[in-house]
Amino acid sequence: MASIWEYANPKKFIQTTDRLLPWMSVLAAVTLVVGLIWGFFFTPDDFRQGSTVKIIYLHVPAALMAINAWLMMLVASLVWIIRRHHVSALAARAAAPVGAVMTVIALATGAIWGQPMWGTWWAWDPRLTSFLILFLFYLGYMALWAAIENDDTAADLTSVLCLVGSVFALLSRYAVNFWNQGLHQGASLSVAPGERISMVYKLPLYVSMTGFALLFIALVFLRTQTEIRGRRMRALLARERMG
Amino acid sequence: MELNVTGLSVARGGIPVLEGLDFSLRAGEALILRGPNGVGKTTVLRTVAGLQPPLAGKIGLEREAMAYAGHADGIKTTLTVRENLEFWAAVFGTGDIAAALAAFDLIPLAERAAGALSAGQKRRLGLARMVVTGRPVWVLDEPTVSLDAGAVALFAQAVRAHLAGGGMALMATHIDLGLTEARVLDVAPYRAKAPAHDDFDGSFL
Amino acid sequence: MKALLVRDIRLAVRAGGGFGLGLAFFLIVVVLVPFGVGPDNGVLAVIAPGILWVGALLSCLLSLDRIFALDWEDGSLDLLATAPLPMETLVTLKAVAHWLSTGVPLVLASPLFALLLSLPAAGYGPLALSLALGTPALSVIGTFGAALTVGLKRGGLLLSLLVLPLYMPTLIFGAEVARRGAQGLEFGVPLAMLAGITFGTIALLPFASAAVLRVNLR
Repeated sequence: MASIWEYANPKKFIQTTDRLLPWMSVLAAVTLVVGLIWGFFFTPDDFRQGSTVKIIYLHVPAALMAINAWLMMLVASLVWIIRRHHVSALAARAAAPVGAVMTVIALATGAIWGQPMWGTWWAWDPRLTSFLILFLFYLGYMALWAAIENDDTAADLTSVLCLVGSVFALLSRYAVNFWNQGLHQGASLSVAPGERISMVYKLPLYVSMTGFALLFIALVFLRTQTEIRGRRMRALLARERMG
Repeated sequence: MELNVTGLSVARGGIPVLEGLDFSLRAGEALILRGPNGVGKTTVLRTVAGLQPPLAGKIGLEREAMAYAGHADGIKTTLTVRENLEFWAAVFGTGDIAAALAAFDLIPLAERAAGALSAGQKRRLGLARMVVTGRPVWVLDEPTVSLDAGAVALFAQAVRAHLAGGGMALMATHIDLGLTEARVLDVAPYRAKAPAHDDFDGSFL
Repeated sequence: MKALLVRDIRLAVRAGGGFGLGLAFFLIVVVLVPFGVGPDNGVLAVIAPGILWVGALLSCLLSLDRIFALDWEDGSLDLLATAPLPMETLVTLKAVAHWLSTGVPLVLASPLFALLLSLPAAGYGPLALSLALGTPALSVIGTFGAALTVGLKRGGLLLSLLVLPLYMPTLIFGAEVARRGAQGLEFGVPLAMLAGITFGTIALLPFASAAVLRVNLR
């Protein structure tokens, strides 16, 4: 049984992801199209929210991936700190802009949904605020990567920032909850009794969530490849200077 | 006490510059590193001083044995010469600065703000710091920059006194200090070569 | 250890050390707010706790890049790194020096500035208390940010971008204590949370700061 760390080798990573990428991309496209079309056109309107509810098929998966992207960066940062695999650090770097875009999608669709529902584009509700804070963390993380020339130094510093940032993001989440109780409904798929989403809505939601997850993985694979090649290019240039 | 450096490889900005460096220093000895600009003398000194990890190889002594003086003197311009030295003496836990002031002829300047010193005087203050550290190995990077002939002689005298007391000195310098007993090591032959084959795995280079 | 603290404070107080700049900035923020929101004392009284907290936070932010940048430029940081002083101690001392030269003056001046914003009488105690308890966290977190960006050209703006999100929990609980205090409400819970954050950061963050400083020095 080959060790999972084999894929920490850049060459092996590129070979493997090259083989996987076309499949992942097609699968992501298909599930996204199926999930979104099913959700938008083949589900009944909600008796209170009308057709506005259908934005859920963009909003919830994007929000989910916004958080999961950060978690993935956290894991990748830990792997870099502990085992010092370059691919891991580069994967974290590659995931950040994707996660940031997911956060923006979640915030924008939330605002579009919130306008007819709550009568306002923006409210300082705990969930909304937490996502805005998450977005700021993404910005800081990407800015730090961009600011440092030496790749290893940048990887070290951003990893520590990711760890420390995670703790503070979690703290902010609780602080914000304490600060304002909020308008936002509970987690859309929570098993709490009372208001729950019916299966008619849930199934296409699961499909589009899978689609977003696949899209995220495909994008991260692709961007990590780019980062690896960029890194290799810089290494080659440095080697040329060494003579 | 002995400083044994074996198989030392160092990198600057992630790129190996020197590899396979071996040298040793016994108590009372001085070693001068020579080599063209950019060959990696500063990097070797910083590595020996414990400011950056070596790529490979061993430095036989603890970093607690080293006193380092780089291109910058670490002088606070708004503090007086005395305050500057007293600070370093307190940090290194030695306390007495009279000897250091005397060794570099700083007594007349002791109460002057360091910002009012000339470049050479600042350098003397920076070197006087080595005396107050009380550490056995002096690691000096271009110590004589902006010193005049008299000050260079003072410096050579201070190094000699340090060596006589059982200390060691490792320095990179281009000018002749008159330290005839010091050995010279040319680091140019140790220049790192690019890896021969196109091995594109974990470490990228 | 004491020597470093004494030196940093001495440097801050001497010419060009920037001591008092933070305080002056705080004053300007407090003076500008009534121009922005109008002179109505009732409105000012409501927003005073928040404005005072945000003002204190921004003044604190202003002086962060001095924590390591000056020592980096003149080479002292390299020399301190070779000194018999663990990096964790070094960053803690730097944070303490920053707090003594920035945080403490802010705490002491806050009641005076609160007067300008017509903070209700009940709010003075909680405001000073929350600032006294919260500003150490601001200094420690700021030291982490300063350690991350030391050696970067134009690192000041990046420093703000990195540190401000980390300041949020402290700000939320600190301002909440001041706000509840001003309204005569019970503020034990946010005060406990604020204390938790402060002591938590003091206990843990110096390790992260030391780690990134080591990376930046190599």
